[in-house]
Amino acid sequence: MADPVDVLVVGGGSTGCGIARDLAMRGLSVTLVEQGNLTHGTTGRMHGLLHSGGRYAVSDQASARECIEENRVLRDIAGHCVETTGGLFVQLEDDPDEYFEQKLEGCRECDIPAEVLTAEEAREREPYLTREVKRAIAVPDGAVDPFRLCVANAADAVEHGARVETHAPVTDVLVEGGEVIGVEVEHESGPGKRVHTKPGTTEEIRADHVINATGAWAGRVGEMAGVDVEVRPSKGVMMIMNVRQVDTVVNRCRPKGDADIVVPHETTAILGTTDVEVEDPEDYPEERWEVDLMIETLSQLVPILSEARTIRSFWGVRPLYEPPGTGTTDPTDITRDFFLLDHEDRDSLPGMTSIVGGKFTTYRLMAEKISDHVCEKLGVSAACRTAEEPLPGSEDFSVLREYMDEFGLRSPIGRRSVQRLGSRADEVLKTAEPNPVVCDCEAVTRAEIRDAIEGAGSDLNAVRIRTRASMGNCQGGFCCHRMASELHPEYDEETVSAAWDELVQERWKGERHALWGEGLSQAALNYQLHGTTMSLDREPAVADFAAFDSGTETATDGGKSDGD
Amino acid sequence: MAIESDVLVIGGGLAGASAAIEAARGGASARLVTHKENTLRNASGLIDVLGYHGSDEPIVEPFEAIPDLPDHHPYRKVGVDAVRESLALFDEITEGLYEGGHTETNALSPTYGGRVKPTSRYPKSAAAGLASRAEDTLLVGFETVTTFDAPLSAERLDSSVPFEVRGVTIPFPGEFRADARITRLARALDADELLDRENRTGTREALAERVSEHLGDAKRIGFPAILGDEEHREVRETLEDELGVPVFEVPMGPPSLPGMRLEDRLYEALETEGVRVESGNPVVGYTADEGRITAVSVDRGRREIPYHADQFVLATGGLVGKGIDSTREGVFEPVFDCHVPQPEERYEWFHDEAFDDQPYARFGVAVDDDLRPLDPEGDPEFSNLRAAGAVLGGYDMAREKSASGVSLSTGQVAGRNANEDLQ
Ligand SMILES: Cc1cc2nc3c(=O)[nH]c(=O)nc-3n(C[C@H](O)[C@H](O)[C@H](O)COP(=O)(O)OP(=O)(O)OC[C@H]3O[C@@H](n4cnc5c(N)ncnc54)[C@H](O)[C@@H]3O)c2cc1C
Ligand SMILES: Cc1cc2nc3c(=O)[nH]c(=O)nc-3n(C[C@H](O)[C@H](O)[C@H](O)COP(=O)(O)OP(=O)(O)OC[C@H]3O[C@@H](n4cnc5c(N)ncnc54)[C@H](O)[C@@H]3O)c2cc1C
Repeated sequence: MADPVDVLVVGGGSTGCGIARDLAMRGLSVTLVEQGNLTHGTTGRMHGLLHSGGRYAVSDQASARECIEENRVLRDIAGHCVETTGGLFVQLEDDPDEYFEQKLEGCRECDIPAEVLTAEEAREREPYLTREVKRAIAVPDGAVDPFRLCVANAADAVEHGARVETHAPVTDVLVEGGEVIGVEVEHESGPGKRVHTKPGTTEEIRADHVINATGAWAGRVGEMAGVDVEVRPSKGVMMIMNVRQVDTVVNRCRPKGDADIVVPHETTAILGTTDVEVEDPEDYPEERWEVDLMIETLSQLVPILSEARTIRSFWGVRPLYEPPGTGTTDPTDITRDFFLLDHEDRDSLPGMTSIVGGKFTTYRLMAEKISDHVCEKLGVSAACRTAEEPLPGSEDFSVLREYMDEFGLRSPIGRRSVQRLGSRADEVLKTAEPNPVVCDCEAVTRAEIRDAIEGAGSDLNAVRIRTRASMGNCQGGFCCHRMASELHPEYDEETVSAAWDELVQERWKGERHALWGEGLSQAALNYQLHGTTMSLDREPAVADFAAFDSGTETATDGGKSDGD
Repeated sequence: MAIESDVLVIGGGLAGASAAIEAARGGASARLVTHKENTLRNASGLIDVLGYHGSDEPIVEPFEAIPDLPDHHPYRKVGVDAVRESLALFDEITEGLYEGGHTETNALSPTYGGRVKPTSRYPKSAAAGLASRAEDTLLVGFETVTTFDAPLSAERLDSSVPFEVRGVTIPFPGEFRADARITRLARALDADELLDRENRTGTREALAERVSEHLGDAKRIGFPAILGDEEHREVRETLEDELGVPVFEVPMGPPSLPGMRLEDRLYEALETEGVRVESGNPVVGYTADEGRITAVSVDRGRREIPYHADQFVLATGGLVGKGIDSTREGVFEPVFDCHVPQPEERYEWFHDEAFDDQPYARFGVAVDDDLRPLDPEGDPEFSNLRAAGAVLGGYDMAREKSASGVSLSTGQVAGRNANEDLQ
């Protein structure tokens, strides 16, 4: 058994990774455990909006204020994960004037810069907006890459001495003498980084304090400790388009509703979303009506969406929380704010705190609040530095341009690599060996894949989220096997094959929801490439190789009898 | 002047080419109109006839297994003999380029994914590599050709075949950008480009030199299918002379040089048979009279031109090239709007596992025994329209490993029947 640590964090989403970084920077010994890979939970399945707070300016002003503050902080400390796209709240002819005025007023009250645009001005910024636009409010919304940001937090935590363990679900919270003293984790087999222990083993990790940062799963971890954490998981769909129909975040300016926002993300645009309460954060229906609704409703705002190519859809589950007794029936009315549950005060169970609710945009603030809380308990006085210290990759952005030329890659490839890597570009891309492209759609080179493997181990889905490889138009049809190849020979054939298969299946999971038009055509091509050409669809059970045609002598006479 | 022919074939893949050649050989004036590139440049170049039915045990004798297929399968529509004849036609057209015609037994080919697969005809360049030939093998990959990882493919193959397979990765000789295309490397071998002016070493010799130190006990050497484009025979010959063992290509994905070589051969054959081939413009509509198609219209950019014919063959391919297309509401055949059987609910078009028995993989038109597309009531859509190849439904070419066999046989039968029906 390892030495006890100061703090054990459960959950490798943005919240957990943010906490691990914060505490490690304050000098505490920290271990973070995550059941899947990093961002396995909601963090890897969100919309990518760096909120300006505008969306909450009418209904939830406390959240709105936090959003605009954190929005400013993240632009600073995580520049390489953020695209400052700006956002619009668009009012169409039939949308209520009153709400538009409230939105504008709300933004001003919350200190969110807001500018009213005429229909012409709005369409000048976003030419694909419908002609039905009446006017719009411009706000500083942005696009954020949750994968990069979350991984950068974890990497920096490790840099500051933390241990980060993936594929390690907590199976029990250990309580002794009425106090939480640690957790039991299972080290799972399957591809992925498991640097510390052997798959199949269990480990007890003792800690002075345990933080439950498991988002939508917080109720389950609470249960293990015998306390109630009333999370109300609520699912939402997001649909990825093949190109960026818009370059700013486009929101519909009307009271709450499904399918009211389009977020540009890298080379794509993502439509969202729905809000339906579910029982189980891991097993819920992914429904056709949700997919259809995105296109039908959002094409009122951006008409070309009805003709555009969809590449996949995915779902996430919001970790909504409301204090016992609130009794909200519609999940869209549940607050987006976060809550810190001190189980000592609340349930007379010292040694554990849960953090629930909130948003990705406010992850750092959440981490700061809970870190302050835990430090106070542990008698640590070090102050939070996460609002000032840039994340790895964002230290010095001014050198970006030089990198682009330096690596001698085709320029769009170099540009995209450098954008993804930020100030780490030098370290990653400067290799002695040739650096060919592995994923054509997203222009991801071998060096980036290998760098990601170093961080993620053999889990190709973790490599994918770090690099965007296989996330473009072809959805991995042309590159899953190339990514798998990069694992070999460092990992043996069996591990590589398992990781490869897992990636192919994961890609298919989202493609299923875009199975018409170009999407179906691409799926059929991928099926042919994988099934017909490579024969990956099954492991052939050959009884007797000698029963098959072994060719003729002339066929192998050195090609000399070839006609042509 | 009006454009007139006896038989008009729409689509220039394996199916369309077979149909047009067969019709022309039967004496008809045949014309083939095709829009974009066909799927051959995506395809491996292997000619699969029937590799699996039901179990995971690959079929040894495809012709014996065909009668076990369900009634609606295209092979059952044309019958075993027609499949045999279509392969004979293929062998004739591809003489010297393809092997496998000496037997009715399937061969096992290695794939670049490191698996073996049952197939019936293989490019001559791949013949020495058959996995059903028990000889120790060295696979050679190139540092910058990310799509073929020789050591990984070798390790995967080695675990399933009765001989030893090793793999090495070497730099491709010469100075190329890290992202040089496969076709660029093939051209360097074609032209045997000089690496260095002084000792005048050519690419082929330099390549052989780099490989020779890894040869060991291997009895044959496999490369990704990039060993030359036009001059592939000479490239292989030089390598074999230098290395002293047979050299082969492992069939690959796009851009597939073996597929392109086959395409060239097919188009030569079309020319030899006097088929008029027109590519670059799609067929976008048709006119019909009393259940007979009288003409189709070809979109030539500004204008739509009517092409008249007595008989028509639809060989526009499947979902990949949009011979079958779809919207969120349904699946359709875009040229004649022939009926495409399908589950009404879109969420029943697929199963949740990628390699499950996928309903979408079987999408296509249903036909009668004369290969005429059928309407929802089971009657022919038109009396003079036949369909062939991947536009047909009711079979899963990837799962069965039957793609090219179905295209060749239904193509030939459609061409023949069209010819016989000429008025
Ligand atoms: C549809 C949708 C769209 C959204 N869009 C946005 C947006 O645009 N902008 C924004 O700011 N926010 C958005 N959010 C909210 C945001 O995504 C979440 O609030 C945030 O990602 C939550 O992060 P987290 O770390 O708290 O939870 P998670 O990311 O879910 O992390 C919890 C982790 O705990 C792990 N875990 C669970 N049980 C165990 C166990 N027993 N042992 C070990 N590990 C365990 C899980 O695997 C998971 O990785 C969206 C949410 C949804 C659902
Ligand atoms: C990735 C991949 C790998 C494959 N690997 C193998 C393999 O290993 N072994 C094997 O046996 N087979 C393989 N195949 C299958 C084989 O190559 C053919 O795809 C198949 O036989 C279908 O051929 P086809 O002639 O019906 O259609 P296609 O080859 O698709 O040809 C259809 C043609 O019709 C044209 N067309 C479409 N609509 C119109 C229109 N409106 N007007 C005019 N022209 C039109 C298209 O542009 C195209 O040129 C593979 C296919 C793919 C896609």
